[in-house]
Amino acid sequence: MSKKTAATSSGGLAIETAGLVKTFGENRAVDGVDLAVPAGTVYGVLGPNGAGKTTTVKMLATLLKPDGGEAHVFGHDVVREADAVRSRVSLTGQYASVDEDLTGTENLVLLARLLGHSKSASYARSAQLLEAFGLTEAAGRQVKNYSGGMRRRIDIAASILNTPDLLFLDEPTTGLDPRSRNQVWDIVRAVVAQGTTVLLTTQYLDEADQLASRIAVIDKGRVIAEGTKGELKASVGAGSVHVRLRDAHQRPEAEQLLKLTLDAAVTLEPDPVALTARVGGAGNGEAAAEQASRALAELARAGITVDNFSLGQPSLDEVFLALTDKKPESGTQSELAEEAAA
Amino acid sequence: MSTATTTTTAESAELAPVSTESLAELLIAKERPPRPSAWSASLAFGWRAILKIKHVPEQLFDVTAFPIMMVVMYTYLFGGAIAGSPSAYIQQLLPGIMVMSVVMITMYTGIAVNTDIEKGVFDRFRTLPIWRPAPMVGYLLGDALRYTIASLVMLAVGLIMGYRPDGNVIGVVLGIGLLILFSFAFSWIWTMFGLLLRSEKSVMGVSMMVLFPLTFLSNIFVSPTTMPGWLQAFVNNSPITHLATAVRGLMAGDWPAADIAWSLGWAGLLLLVFGPITMRLYAKK
Repeated sequence: MSKKTAATSSGGLAIETAGLVKTFGENRAVDGVDLAVPAGTVYGVLGPNGAGKTTTVKMLATLLKPDGGEAHVFGHDVVREADAVRSRVSLTGQYASVDEDLTGTENLVLLARLLGHSKSASYARSAQLLEAFGLTEAAGRQVKNYSGGMRRRIDIAASILNTPDLLFLDEPTTGLDPRSRNQVWDIVRAVVAQGTTVLLTTQYLDEADQLASRIAVIDKGRVIAEGTKGELKASVGAGSVHVRLRDAHQRPEAEQLLKLTLDAAVTLEPDPVALTARVGGAGNGEAAAEQASRALAELARAGITVDNFSLGQPSLDEVFLALTDKKPESGTQSELAEEAAA
Repeated sequence: MSTATTTTTAESAELAPVSTESLAELLIAKERPPRPSAWSASLAFGWRAILKIKHVPEQLFDVTAFPIMMVVMYTYLFGGAIAGSPSAYIQQLLPGIMVMSVVMITMYTGIAVNTDIEKGVFDRFRTLPIWRPAPMVGYLLGDALRYTIASLVMLAVGLIMGYRPDGNVIGVVLGIGLLILFSFAFSWIWTMFGLLLRSEKSVMGVSMMVLFPLTFLSNIFVSPTTMPGWLQAFVNNSPITHLATAVRGLMAGDWPAADIAWSLGWAGLLLLVFGPITMRLYAKK
């Protein structure tokens, strides 16, 4: 709890919401979301499909009116002062937010004109952006003929025609190949390095881990955990050790050994030579790696032949399972972290 | 199709890298120009409409082939029976058929709005700090261009078939100008339906249901004097009758003040009623 307060008082808040609600008929898509996003950082909103991420972003970007609660962007109310919010934010939606029938240049020039740039300034800025995004060659082609990675680029380029104070990126890498995904990450880092706050929604823990300094985990329209990456991971455990043995009959022995060394639950996989153990809970990745290497050494000493051994980050599934399991017992995120650190 | 796919894949593989340095330079510029005026924002959206015509020129079919068909078909179909000969009939018919065709073409606005509004780009437009009706006005500015093309095409066909406007250039320009102004206001009905209805087909269905009776039950084809009384009451007070009479008069070199006033009054009323409804629906989408 103390950490959250510190972040709030130091840098000022880009986004602050209290009890934000949006219902569609019977469905409470967003069910009382409280967020405090410090300015100048990447804030990750992590959750599965249908968790309410996009709906939350749409309310913050003035596209949807909340049915309850309040939201402020740089101190401006998103409903009563929508225009003040609009002049400071940009949105890159989950589906291409550019006109597919127009070319790359035409899209950027149109938006630059709508932002009040003169004709010559619009063309100049568009050319510079296309150049920086490696799209000069595709500038004259209709966006519908762009590849997925190119669309994402033109989309983000359109969002930073005027350097926004707050950029919403709604699942910016869903459906991209790993290379394009890395390039989008580079762009996000460059944008935040210049002082823009980024609110990033994602389904991938990996992505939030790479980019975000604080993360909110959303499920069924509610924030089920919030904190820094360290806090969040500590609450889940640093990850899992995946072991593949050469002989299936050695598995019971390996299972006993891992239980003893790691002091954690061991799962037997459907594959008769594979088993998985949760490691960490010590609060940082290094301890988990130490634990894992100790376990490997123990297995070798016991004469168990290991074909493959890997230490993986907790998957989003594991984060959810851990968070939803633990939630009834203990209250806040920082309590979870303290508990784990102890 | 297969060639296109291959090219795209090859190109994406060779896609130039993102230059984070030049990106950083671009981002340093934090100055923001003042918000554009309502008019220049609408013009920018009008430019978007024209670019779409440029990329898909086939969509001009409805403002070229359709109007030609209307003029030729009705002139020869009714000409002999109603006025004795097609060339005599076209003097009476051309301004009216022009009104009918252009008013019918307005329904494509609703279809365009309906197919466009669900696309992601509208989310971006809605997060821009611009005059709210600008995207809708932009559509209609682009459509005004289409109405002008349709009018000129029909005028050209009419002139070839023997139509001679006594109002000369000024009368013709005023007549077409009034028609386009009215159609601009009338289109707000379709922007409303475009936002209200869930599919393109239903927009089309509703449009036809409104437009067919409205344009046919007028004085475009025949004088209302032989119609039954109740129908005369409708026809004589229909905005389309007023507009057709005004355009016909202007192009013939007269100044039908009452019908011009009625047409402008209807245009103002349609704009005042359907403009705000459209904007309310647009804000809620």
